[in-house]
Amino acid sequence: MNEAFIIATLAAAIRAGTPVVYATIGEIFAERAGVLNLGVEGMMLVGAVVGFMVGVNTGSATTGLLAAMIAGGLLSLIHAFLTVTLYVDQVVSGLALTIFGTGLSAFLGQDYVGVSGPQFAALKIPVLSQIPFLGPILFEHDILVYLTFLLVPLAGYYIHRTRPGLHLRAVGENPATADVMGVSVARTRYFYVFVGGVLAGLAGANLSLAYTPGWIEGMTAGRGWIAVALVIFGFWQPGRAMLGAYLFGGVQSLQFSLQTIGVVIPVYFLGMLPYVFTVLVLIIATQEQVRRHIGAPAALGIPYKRGER
Amino acid sequence: MVSTSTLQTVSRENEIVVSMREVTKRFPGVVANDRVTFEARRGEIHALLGENGAGKSTLMNVLTGLYTPEEGEIAINGQPAQFRSPKDSIAAGIGMVHQHFKLVETQTVTENVILGLDAPRFRLDMSRAEADVAKLSEQYGLKIDPKAYIWQLSVGEQQRVEIIKALYRGAQILILDEPTAVLTPQETEELFITLRDMVAKGHTIIFISHKLDEVMSIADRVTVLRGGKVVATVNARDTNKAELAEMMVGRPVLFRLDRPALEPGEMVLRVEELHAENDKGLPALRGISFYVRAREIVGIAGVSGNGQSELAEALNGLRPITRGRIFLNGREITTLSAREIIDAGVAHVPEDRHTDGSVGDMNLTENIILKRYRHPPIARGPVIDWNQAREMSSELVSRFNVQAPGLDTRARLLSGGNLQKLILARELSAEPALIVAMHPTQGLDVGATEYVRQVLLEQRAAGAAVLLISEDLDEVMQLSDRILVIYEGEIMGEASGEKADRAQIGLMMAGQRQEVGY
Amino acid sequence: MIHIRLEPRLSTPRWVSWASPVVSIILALMVGAVLIAAQGASPIEAYAAMYRGALGSGFGFAETLVKAIPLMLAGLGVAIAFRMQLWNIGAEGQLWMGAWAAAGVGLFLYAAIPMPPWLAILLMMLASMLAGGLWGAIPGALKAYLNVNEILTSLMLNSVAIFWVLYFVDILWRDPGGLGFPNTAPLDKAIWLPKLGALLFFLPPTHRVHLGLAFGIIAAAFMWYALSKMQWGYEVRVIGLNKRAAGFAGMPIARNIVLVMFLSGALAGLAGMSEVAGVAHRLQRGLSPGYGFTAIIIAWLAKLNPFAIILVSILFGGLLVAGEQIQMTMGLPASISLILQGLILFFVLAGDVLSQYRIRFR
Repeated sequence: MNEAFIIATLAAAIRAGTPVVYATIGEIFAERAGVLNLGVEGMMLVGAVVGFMVGVNTGSATTGLLAAMIAGGLLSLIHAFLTVTLYVDQVVSGLALTIFGTGLSAFLGQDYVGVSGPQFAALKIPVLSQIPFLGPILFEHDILVYLTFLLVPLAGYYIHRTRPGLHLRAVGENPATADVMGVSVARTRYFYVFVGGVLAGLAGANLSLAYTPGWIEGMTAGRGWIAVALVIFGFWQPGRAMLGAYLFGGVQSLQFSLQTIGVVIPVYFLGMLPYVFTVLVLIIATQEQVRRHIGAPAALGIPYKRGER
Repeated sequence: MVSTSTLQTVSRENEIVVSMREVTKRFPGVVANDRVTFEARRGEIHALLGENGAGKSTLMNVLTGLYTPEEGEIAINGQPAQFRSPKDSIAAGIGMVHQHFKLVETQTVTENVILGLDAPRFRLDMSRAEADVAKLSEQYGLKIDPKAYIWQLSVGEQQRVEIIKALYRGAQILILDEPTAVLTPQETEELFITLRDMVAKGHTIIFISHKLDEVMSIADRVTVLRGGKVVATVNARDTNKAELAEMMVGRPVLFRLDRPALEPGEMVLRVEELHAENDKGLPALRGISFYVRAREIVGIAGVSGNGQSELAEALNGLRPITRGRIFLNGREITTLSAREIIDAGVAHVPEDRHTDGSVGDMNLTENIILKRYRHPPIARGPVIDWNQAREMSSELVSRFNVQAPGLDTRARLLSGGNLQKLILARELSAEPALIVAMHPTQGLDVGATEYVRQVLLEQRAAGAAVLLISEDLDEVMQLSDRILVIYEGEIMGEASGEKADRAQIGLMMAGQRQEVGY
Repeated sequence: MIHIRLEPRLSTPRWVSWASPVVSIILALMVGAVLIAAQGASPIEAYAAMYRGALGSGFGFAETLVKAIPLMLAGLGVAIAFRMQLWNIGAEGQLWMGAWAAAGVGLFLYAAIPMPPWLAILLMMLASMLAGGLWGAIPGALKAYLNVNEILTSLMLNSVAIFWVLYFVDILWRDPGGLGFPNTAPLDKAIWLPKLGALLFFLPPTHRVHLGLAFGIIAAAFMWYALSKMQWGYEVRVIGLNKRAAGFAGMPIARNIVLVMFLSGALAGLAGMSEVAGVAHRLQRGLSPGYGFTAIIIAWLAKLNPFAIILVSILFGGLLVAGEQIQMTMGLPASISLILQGLILFFVLAGDVLSQYRIRFR
């Protein structure tokens, strides 16, 4: 295999992985606070369609992106309300959110299928993109890719090295303790579920305004679910999760790369790859967690009820 | 400035720092605190005495702002206070060490200490906070490594973290909820020294307990609660154990339990060099050997977390055994499944009544048949004969005196004592050869505790072998024919039930091997 | 921040448990009305058209029942897994695998080996249950023995299953005489699931309701019997309510996880078979418009009660028919029915909480 092919594949992996990075980081925040949100897929879809619609109507991709983030955030508040305030089962509420979001996005976007709109163009970063090999892989992308280069280390720093990060971890590990220490469990959980929604909305807009510009029903194709799986793969750490997202991106872009170099595999089997990959990744990550005795935030999925007897 | 404040401190001696007037707190279906009035003075150790469920913890949760009372007034240092959240009470100088520690296991000591503080605003300066923690730990003689993770610490060390946490926030009033329950007798002594030292420095200690001996030895004043109401507040030196006990329970209490001498029978349980791991994959049992004969109760004493849970689980086929062998009536059961061990005649009264011993959302009948739904007469082919099941549960519920509105009551709605009786009914009615009972009276009131202990003694008399695993040393000493002390997964020594010496057992609980004991 | 505190109720007043689902559906319809109005259509007209389409005529109701069949089978499958706290989100894929296996037997085995039609139908049923069951047992085994999250694996396997079946539909089994449509050749008429015809006297004689309805009702009855009477069903309930206590009582948890996931998948697989043999009469793209996902909502709304699942399936079958109806007559997107599904679930979830708790504002 020649170098150009490798570079093209790796660059494509990063581009394909980026939307998943956003969604995964968002879900890491929600889960670190103890709330499992299986509505990522739905929030991404709504983010994708709202981002695209607003982009088309304002002519500005940036405005579209902001609208998508707001839409994702608002949707996530339904989940926060049901699970945090009303103690509803997090799995079911998240599923409902995905079903609702899938329907809502199809409903909203019916007149936008096949329409062309604004998009984030690739920006070659001067100097850095000249670095041999790494330059074209890392620095010839759109702005949303570059933002993840900042977001991921910042998220890691925030979780482990700051006061709000300490509180976030405490709420997810032991909400009763956080509560008696004066950290509001409900407020913390609302906030990070909202952050997760905002990032899921952004992830959706990343698809419709940058990665594959335009709107098609169900265009996330399970990426929201893959994000939830990558949180497990990433052991709830942003850095490792980013790696997982790029691996997914690699598998995803391999479908196209293989075709371009003339490898004949029926498209159906290529289509299965990301999902089979995700199952394998889950199995491997789970075994590693069992072996190293690490796991999900201890309070993940459990509603916190103060003073119930 | 300095001189005036010193003057003030002196003049404030004996001043009332905590005043709760006519506090009422209701929960659905219960009045947990009924117009409770409680006062604590500067520089005193004030014990809050009462049975489980008397309302002690609720009252203190009101004082720490966790619960909002329906009625009543609170004043701190003479200032009226309204606590909307724990933050408010922390700001008023109140700190609480909960019975079940409020610590985040995956975080370090220092992270736990600074959790919930407003400063620093954003970036954590861990090395500075660690230095502060080290300084406090030295000042109060509370030895701790600021960088250690909580899960690495012993229970006694975790308690120190809790106290440091309160002091770090400048707590003047420190509430300790059943602090000695998890300590060895020696650790308890150390804690008492620390507490007396703190009182001398001007702190106020509120000491929640249901143990009369320690209340008599540490407290200046005692407030007794019963059924959510205050019975009385008395000076410790003006009262005695019997009087306090009667106030607490509402009737005269017998301190002696009748344990007739019995000749032990055949060897029922024999454990040889048992090894097992805990959930983290670390060794929890390291070569334990002992035996239990028919007609005897063998007590396993020890501070919690020294392998007791793992021992109970290993004996019941719930935890893989990495090395060693277990025999029941001479037959090896080391590799049998939990189901086979049950069928071999081992009964298990588990540590946690709610999560391990019962199904909260099932009714009494469904809980009674939990271990015998596969055997006639309950089983009929592949189906369950629910009429038989109801008959059996109705009989057992009345035989074991389970108070419940009906057989269709969900187990979740039973009180702790009644739930424990239900579990005993299920486990003991199968006439087991061996009974493994873990903390069988934890959290029960005096009446239920007496009942459970009586039932275990009856089983002993009827010929069962009983292994009693308990952190309550008094209970182990009262009930056991022989006492084994466990420490870090090893048996430190054995003592006879009658002649056991508390101090010596305490040394074993702290890890000192003792050869004698008879 | 919303300052609402919930206090547990000691007992639920009877009217609350009745009112909660009814109010939920009304509220969902009201929110849906806003969305319809936003599309410039009249919500009242739309709902009237939906009602007429799904329930207002004998033919409409028959179609509602036809759609309810795969929903109730898959819904029962999902429910048995949920009973054990196993989140089988893979009913859709299990349904497709069942449809695939049934089509394989019906198209090829039946042609290759002479056999009476009833035997072929029976074999199609068994094949579909085996295929769907195995597809469900994979996440089950991964959960039971390797502790891998079954929500995600069962979901991922949906996509794998659909790609797998489409490979056959589009390429391997494609009907050369299909005028370019991606589907297999039709099944021999003899092995179509019989219509219930005059048995359902209240429907127009030409209705399409088939024997699959009986599968659904029998499955529900069996599930009820197993859960309430059998030792195995008791084990499933105990494990579902308190896994630790089940372990302490010596119940075989891992084995039951695999078994229940197999049964769950088998019922979804049977739903696939009943679509192939009872409705489409061939394997084709679009065989399921997401029955496996709707089944999840149905199971939850029915509180996992097998007989309630039948009723709720009929309600949701009606919703699907109604969605198609307003798409055809009013040009509104059919996705409105998906939105309504989500909304109903939201409101029912919230309503359930209010039947267990009392609200306190402060």
